[in-house]
Amino acid sequence: MRAVRLTVVTAAATAATLAAVTGCTQKSDAKSGGDHVVEVTATDDKCDVSKTEFPAGHVELSIENKGSKVTEVYVLFPDDRIVSERENIGPGTKQKLTAEVKAGSYEIACKPGMKGDGIRQKVTVTGGKAVKRDARLDKAVAAYRTYAQEQADETLPKVTTFTDAVRKGDLKAAQAAYAPSRIGWERTEPVAESFGDIDPKVDVRADGLEEGQDPKTDWTGWHRLEKALWQDKKIGAREKELATQLDKDLKDWQTRVGKADITPTSMANGAKELLDEVATGKVTGEEERYSHTDLVDFKANVEGAEKAYDLLKPVAAENDAALTKELDKQFAALDTLLDKYRKDKTSYEFTSYDKVGKADRKELSDAVNALAEPLSKLAAAVVVK
Amino acid sequence: MTDTAADVSVGSDNARTPSRRSLLAVGGAGLALGAAAAGGAVAVTRTGDDPQPVADSGDAVSFHGAHQAGIATAVQDRLHFASFDVKTDDRDEFVQLLKDWTKAASRMTEGHAVGEGAYGGLPEAPPDDTGEALGLKPSRLTLTIGFGPSLFEKFGLADRRPEALVDLPKFPGDNLDKARSDGDLCIQACADDPQVAVHAIRNLARIGFGKVAVRWSQLGFGKTSSTTPDAQTPRNLMGFKDGTRNIAGTEKARLDEHVWVDAKDTDANSSWMTGGSYLVARRIRMNIETWDRTSLQEQEDVFGRDKGEGAPVGKAKERDEPFLKAMKPDAHVRLAHPDSNAGATILRRGYSFTDGTDGLGRLEAGLFFLAYQKDVRKGFIRVQRNLSRSDALNEYIQHVSSAVFAVPPGVRDSGDWWGRALFSKEA
Repeated sequence: MRAVRLTVVTAAATAATLAAVTGCTQKSDAKSGGDHVVEVTATDDKCDVSKTEFPAGHVELSIENKGSKVTEVYVLFPDDRIVSERENIGPGTKQKLTAEVKAGSYEIACKPGMKGDGIRQKVTVTGGKAVKRDARLDKAVAAYRTYAQEQADETLPKVTTFTDAVRKGDLKAAQAAYAPSRIGWERTEPVAESFGDIDPKVDVRADGLEEGQDPKTDWTGWHRLEKALWQDKKIGAREKELATQLDKDLKDWQTRVGKADITPTSMANGAKELLDEVATGKVTGEEERYSHTDLVDFKANVEGAEKAYDLLKPVAAENDAALTKELDKQFAALDTLLDKYRKDKTSYEFTSYDKVGKADRKELSDAVNALAEPLSKLAAAVVVK
Repeated sequence: MTDTAADVSVGSDNARTPSRRSLLAVGGAGLALGAAAAGGAVAVTRTGDDPQPVADSGDAVSFHGAHQAGIATAVQDRLHFASFDVKTDDRDEFVQLLKDWTKAASRMTEGHAVGEGAYGGLPEAPPDDTGEALGLKPSRLTLTIGFGPSLFEKFGLADRRPEALVDLPKFPGDNLDKARSDGDLCIQACADDPQVAVHAIRNLARIGFGKVAVRWSQLGFGKTSSTTPDAQTPRNLMGFKDGTRNIAGTEKARLDEHVWVDAKDTDANSSWMTGGSYLVARRIRMNIETWDRTSLQEQEDVFGRDKGEGAPVGKAKERDEPFLKAMKPDAHVRLAHPDSNAGATILRRGYSFTDGTDGLGRLEAGLFFLAYQKDVRKGFIRVQRNLSRSDALNEYIQHVSSAVFAVPPGVRDSGDWWGRALFSKEA
């Protein structure tokens, strides 16, 4: 569910990043049908474009889906990187997609059913000059990609410590290794979730199962083991199988995480989403309902958000100094508040969340709101000049 | 999702244009008038049930004035009341919030969206306005701010706390839940459309994140008192008319005497309250089920009115002057009447509330009591001392939350802001 939402945000963000960099959101080319408008007619098996050559600069794709399936349309670099994309174009609907393109070769792709590589059309962009993207933002994206990869790389051994303990049937050791095995994942959750298929295998809770799914066979991952370790207090053959499955699924994450679509705005909105995770799952104590290790996840989510923010901050501070000042303050306030719940600031041993009273939970919730609200404005601050 | 940035051509104002819904409402009023002309008898029975002509309910109430709107304003149908805790200790930051709030409040009461609106902005950032009031009429929205006693402990304001802003004493029978009592400040949103009132508080809360946090809030419906003398007194959830003798918004002399703080009521430290008022908010839970099992005779004795017309004991019409001695000594009307309280008179604009059921299957419902007065000591405290001790109604009600606020004077014009007289250094 979340994964889908992230993808949509990413898509819109990508389109807008490029459009907004030059502030050309009000170009009226669309109406005059000038050089800059390309009409794309998508059906279930065709992706027709009105022209295959157009001048560099601001380009608008006027898309009509005449097919029977929901489709998406991409403008791609020759190496498949995305210039701009538009998702969820329903049958019979029209949508617009804008992009800022430099001279060169590109491909326009329609993906009926939103699957596969799509039906592609080569296009050529000629002459002119397009505005360069801010190199600092490209650097931020690269650094965040590295961070996501590092988190996965560092997490895998911790996961093995946990799953080894499960396989040995060592309840105590498994309990101790559980929360640490999740930290890297929780720091970069929106990236992991953007793949869509890994998250339901490793991080789903019992209530996340769909109608018709059998918890006995279909519930896998961390929280299934959490229930075994804390509620049932038993490790059986099934739990050992699940531990090995968790290793496998997280290795899949490790190999793919570096290839995720990341843009400056998806980083910014990903940071906000980490706070949303805290607000909806951790503050309520729902996430770790058996182990009550919610505050470990909480801390990891905040750290991940802070990392994305720190990387974007040089640009954001230029565009909206008041915002970064507020974010610095609110990150510091939340970090200070969280430190109240651990004795040692270098360890991840936090107070068990069932010991955190109602008033303290309210205080944590207020601090999350105080940070998440301005954080939701970070994306705008990295695209507006 | 909306379209990409390129095809946005709508202005950023996001004003609420007359919607289909409001046009229908106006049409409905027209039909009712037509019926009145055609058949008088039908129309007469109808008018008694319609306290406001339908078309008026969409109007805008002026935000600016000597007094804050939402006090003497004819009571709207719906309420969203929110109490906030201040989370910042930075005075400038808090003052900026009051200015931002004032601006947003004045826009919303005029029927406009907050900030840059609910759509048309950058696609990757959340819109300034949450959008659920788009297309709705202003619905006579009023937004009224109040400052709680605890606020004066912050920002070096201790010496500006008016003497009249007393902490309420503990009354017999109170069973107050601290988690939904008090607050550093409150905002009362009243409107004829619940969505408009909820939208207003939601957006103000959002603007306030990090500076303030919602402590508790209450939704209300079905106004339980009238501030328009010609209208029938609305009924509370016990089925009775209560507050018939309430101060009407048109009774200037009574408002000046009992509600608005006059310059002569203040001293140098509290002069900022001139033109303001004091608000007491009490959540009063009703034991609905036991009340409903009570005989009609006892119900009428408890109130001191009949249930049908609402007339005081021995009288014929609801607005007939009550003869207190004809009532039982513990009758609610008798004990609440100014004559039993050395003339104490308050302006009530409470609302019924129902928050579903309480887990035992009992209706979690009652009266969210709101009373404005010039001095809490001579107003609510005086009356409630009398009631809490002796009122026969106490068997069926319980006060479960309580708060008191100093409600500053009105925002004079677009350069003025909520609380300016209190927070301005020169004031």
